[in-house]
Amino acid sequence: MNFDKELDARGLNCPLPILRTKKSLAELTAGQVLKVIATDPGSVKDMQAFAKQTGNELLSSAEAGGEFMFFLKKK
Amino acid sequence: MSKKLAIIATKGTLDWAYPPYILASTAAALGYEVQVFFTFYGLQLVRKDLSALKVSPLGNPGMPMKMPFGPKWFRAINWNIPNIIQANIPGFETLATALMKQTIKNNGVATIAELRELCQEAEVKFIACQMTVELFGFEHSDFIDGLEFAGAAMFFDFAGESDICLYI
Repeated sequence: MNFDKELDARGLNCPLPILRTKKSLAELTAGQVLKVIATDPGSVKDMQAFAKQTGNELLSSAEAGGEFMFFLKKK
Repeated sequence: MSKKLAIIATKGTLDWAYPPYILASTAAALGYEVQVFFTFYGLQLVRKDLSALKVSPLGNPGMPMKMPFGPKWFRAINWNIPNIIQANIPGFETLATALMKQTIKNNGVATIAELRELCQEAEVKFIACQMTVELFGFEHSDFIDGLEFAGAAMFFDFAGESDICLYI
């Protein structure tokens, strides 16, 4: 998937992945896509909740080898 | 209009410093307007010097006492030290605090100073209880910038309109 910015949140624990995601999205313009990589297992549900509450669209959420990858489209 | 979260932070230990700052920063990231009212021991969370924040395993049976270093089997041991022994070892809290800080670091959990800064960047409003500032003999200069000093009435002005109000 194409993306405009990447955030490496590996090794960070709650609530840092969400806070960094919010910050990274602020640097994008509407419609642009942010890729986030995290290792916090809690980030899967958290990212869904973040998208639901902020209106930024979670395009995809996947796990591979203990890492979680998210694509968020800025509102 | 954004949702509002009001928090009253009353505890002044390292472990209890986390909930108000984690919830405040996360809510701010979700678009909430957030105010935190620091009172009594909670004032320790907004001092420039955070070294008063310690964790005490004494009288805290829920706190796992595990070592943040060494091989896996060693880390898994829960050091169940009786209160009467803990209470008689000088510096036990300092040691427990150092071990807790290492555990926090090992787990990629933010420091209190870091979370506090993130809250301030996200425009979380901090209010310190003026009455307890005087009661404990603190000076306004002991506290971080951007803090307002007020009383309970000011907190209710915001809390009365809030969607969520937490006492921590």
